[in-house]
Amino acid sequence: MGVNQPLGDNIITTSLDSLVNWARKSSIWPMTFGLACCAIEMMATGAAKHDLDRFGIIFRASPRQSDCIIIAGTVTKKMLPVIQTVYEQMPEPKWVVAMGACACSGGIFDTYSVVQGIDEALPVDVYIPGCPPRPEALLFGLMKLQDKIANEKNTFGSSIGLGDRLEPAA
Amino acid sequence: MAENNRAVVKLKERFADALLETKEFRGEVTVTVKKEKVLEVLKCLKEDLKYDFLVDVTAVDYLGQEPRFMVVYQLTSIPNKDKIRVKAPVTEEDCFIDSATALWNSADWLEREVYDLMGIKFVNHPNLVRILMTDDWVGHPLRKDYPVQGPDREPYKGRLS
Repeated sequence: MGVNQPLGDNIITTSLDSLVNWARKSSIWPMTFGLACCAIEMMATGAAKHDLDRFGIIFRASPRQSDCIIIAGTVTKKMLPVIQTVYEQMPEPKWVVAMGACACSGGIFDTYSVVQGIDEALPVDVYIPGCPPRPEALLFGLMKLQDKIANEKNTFGSSIGLGDRLEPAA
Repeated sequence: MAENNRAVVKLKERFADALLETKEFRGEVTVTVKKEKVLEVLKCLKEDLKYDFLVDVTAVDYLGQEPRFMVVYQLTSIPNKDKIRVKAPVTEEDCFIDSATALWNSADWLEREVYDLMGIKFVNHPNLVRILMTDDWVGHPLRKDYPVQGPDREPYKGRLS
């Protein structure tokens, strides 16, 4: 009858960090936001063959419900204020992935109209090289982001008034 | 030859003093006219010679030459299946030309693009503001003397190694 309970009435002990970080890294919802050809690779990564869903990574078409923004393409100076607005609309905690050569450094567009790397404006967590990076590269970058989230120390506790946030050892 | 072109013959008899050059290269006819007369020439081409479609308005920067700029109009005649190119020289000192928006509404955004990137003003344009660059942008990036990496950066001088 009812819900099958494979664990029975057992108790699991864990740390707050392990639980919170596990939950966060297992449900990264990136903002649906593409800028250039990298966005095509990002879409391919999300589609059936590479299937981001198996990591709990589901694109969310609203910054209000996103945890992560993948800067997928060339950031022009005209687009930068839009990206900053979208980033500011995202609730904490939030992470930034710079996907491809343009988002990392401006890439081949060493010109007056292009931002020479999104890290001039946003705090980037993971840089993914490539022009554009293959879906495997984006997957690897997102798994690196999961590792980074898994190693965060007391980010949740500090936000509810339990001690200070600790920087993990590099 | 350009001299045999129907439109060129007609323009020569009507705007003899305004025509600077007529040229045909690989089947493409180009007419260069004084900028003061460009609107009349375009009007004649549109209404009398049925070049009814303004394909593009653009400009070329011949930095170091006089006159510096050349405004280029690409016209197509849909009924006659024919094309013609009209060019008008613009100097750096008097960097303006009459707007073709009175003849074609499509000239509106095309001329805004030329103004934005080349800095050529179009007289009597209804809304001459930047279209591609941000409103607070300084300078006109497609001019040959504009630094390609932007005015706020040290220019690239090649690899040091």
